[in-house]
Amino acid sequence: MMQYAIKRLLLAIPTLVAMLTAVFILVRLVPGDPAAVILGDQASAESLNALRVQLGLDQPTHVQYLHFLGYMLSGKFGMSMASGKTVMHEVALVLPWTIQLTLASLFIGVVFGLPLGVWAALRRNSWPDYLGRMLSLTGLSFPAFVSGILMLLVFAIQLRWFPVVSTTVNADWSTQLRNLVLPAFNLGLIMTAYVMRVTRSSMLEVMGEDYVRTAKAKGVRPMRLVLRHGLRNALIPIVTVVGLYFGTLIGNSVLTEIVFNRPGLGKLILGALNARDYTLLQGLMVVFASCVILVNLLTDLVYGLVDPRVKYK
Amino acid sequence: MSAIAATPSASASPIWQALKKNRLSWVGLVLLASIVLIALFAPWVAPHDPLQQNIAYRLEGPSAEFLLGTDSYGRDVLSRLIYGTRVSLLVGFVAVLIAMLIGSTLGIIAGYVGGMVDRLIMGLVDVLLSFPTLLLGLMIAAMLGASLENLIIAIAITEIAPFVRVARAPTIALKQRDFVDAGRALGYGPMRLMRVHILPNMVSDVVVLGSLWMASAIRTEAALSFIGLGVPPPAATWGSMIREGFENILDAWWLTVFPSIAILLTVLALNLLGDALRDAIDPKTRSERA
Repeated sequence: MMQYAIKRLLLAIPTLVAMLTAVFILVRLVPGDPAAVILGDQASAESLNALRVQLGLDQPTHVQYLHFLGYMLSGKFGMSMASGKTVMHEVALVLPWTIQLTLASLFIGVVFGLPLGVWAALRRNSWPDYLGRMLSLTGLSFPAFVSGILMLLVFAIQLRWFPVVSTTVNADWSTQLRNLVLPAFNLGLIMTAYVMRVTRSSMLEVMGEDYVRTAKAKGVRPMRLVLRHGLRNALIPIVTVVGLYFGTLIGNSVLTEIVFNRPGLGKLILGALNARDYTLLQGLMVVFASCVILVNLLTDLVYGLVDPRVKYK
Repeated sequence: MSAIAATPSASASPIWQALKKNRLSWVGLVLLASIVLIALFAPWVAPHDPLQQNIAYRLEGPSAEFLLGTDSYGRDVLSRLIYGTRVSLLVGFVAVLIAMLIGSTLGIIAGYVGGMVDRLIMGLVDVLLSFPTLLLGLMIAAMLGASLENLIIAIAITEIAPFVRVARAPTIALKQRDFVDAGRALGYGPMRLMRVHILPNMVSDVVVLGSLWMASAIRTEAALSFIGLGVPPPAATWGSMIREGFENILDAWWLTVFPSIAILLTVLALNLLGDALRDAIDPKTRSERA
């Protein structure tokens, strides 16, 4: 197991370096002089030159590349041009908000998605299954900002159950919880649709296996059959697929944070975009992509842990 | 994967199979056909000019004259919605087409040539997959600048990876089959073998994936437009309509609700169709359903 983990870790390094290179190239796609883009048309020649030196744009490309790699690998992910603080500092400020939201939505997704998926699989091709499939496909068709806006309209503006703007940084915990409900359900219901769909197909596959039939023939009680023999084995692919969903979850949480005006990584990246803070943007891309690579790595390792059949080649 | 029919004409049959077996796919097909028709005949269907501003009719709710109300410039929401259909479908379709062409070409090459080339292409796929789709699209669109072409390029790049994968796996299986060997023995070059012997066998897989990813492309387009990286104003797109409507969300619900429904219906139609198609061509679910 240890050997497998180390090998898998080493395999992630080339991907990491290639990802960094991709970000480096991406940021240099800006047509024209980045310094001019940042400072605008009115900038004087001196300030343009000063910014070029500050950004290292006066250096040859390969030197810029090495500097860039250095910044990123040092763990600070570079400096924000607008605030002058490190990207890591900016991220740390808003990270608790994003983690709060993500965990709450994961919780909602699992609590609703797993039982619904199992239920749909057991009632296959009957009306609960059709209804469930239709609902989960609808949930998956919602862009996160669309569902967010509709929830905002209904529950915050029409019914006034929840606040329209959920930025109260220094609120007590009950207000914070109230602020969290709508954004968390917005992300969580999309997550539910996804978990439900994956659970259904995974359960269908497992319940058709020989060992489930054997257990049934031996007279195992239905509840135990579904939970011990069915769901426990069905969980393996579910873990993998939910891990793969992480990238989409990030995108959806960015949109959710914008709609509900919640502080977090999403608002941070939007702010960087509007302020043309390319160094912050570049740092954030690296942070997000590193998270995805890390989650993929963890998913692989968890897969290895829960499934004894995985052979560590 | 090697169980895919070896006849090139196989690409037409799964659509028919899907429609026969899955009633929901009809809903998707009818919805999608109506949306395409609306896009094609937009100038005839739209009751007003989508760009015509009229300050006298600002922010009016739905009425007989303006069925879905007017926006803050007094423009007719229904007409803008109808013209927005064109942008969504165009961006979705062209972006997926580009991703499909580049992705499946790379996938076939990776599978057929193997070795170093394969490792290089799959490395590229890993890198693409390490970026959250929306953020990659956002970054590329922001770097290139907001325009229709750049939006299409940005979305196409985010969707290359799945097509590489779907083309690579069957290629590896197919290149060892007898009919490919036969072609090789006849002296056909690798280009011809890949194009004539391997490609036709996966067209249906790639097209099915295309319909599912077109749904995703339309969603990404709407999200980027909502963020402000879409086709620049005053052109009407669903995402930018929601963006503008969001500013007046407290007193003009119709500005956000109707474009939201339009996006949802379009994406749902494509998903319903794509889902049924995928079931139809997947040998595993096919035998399950029989």
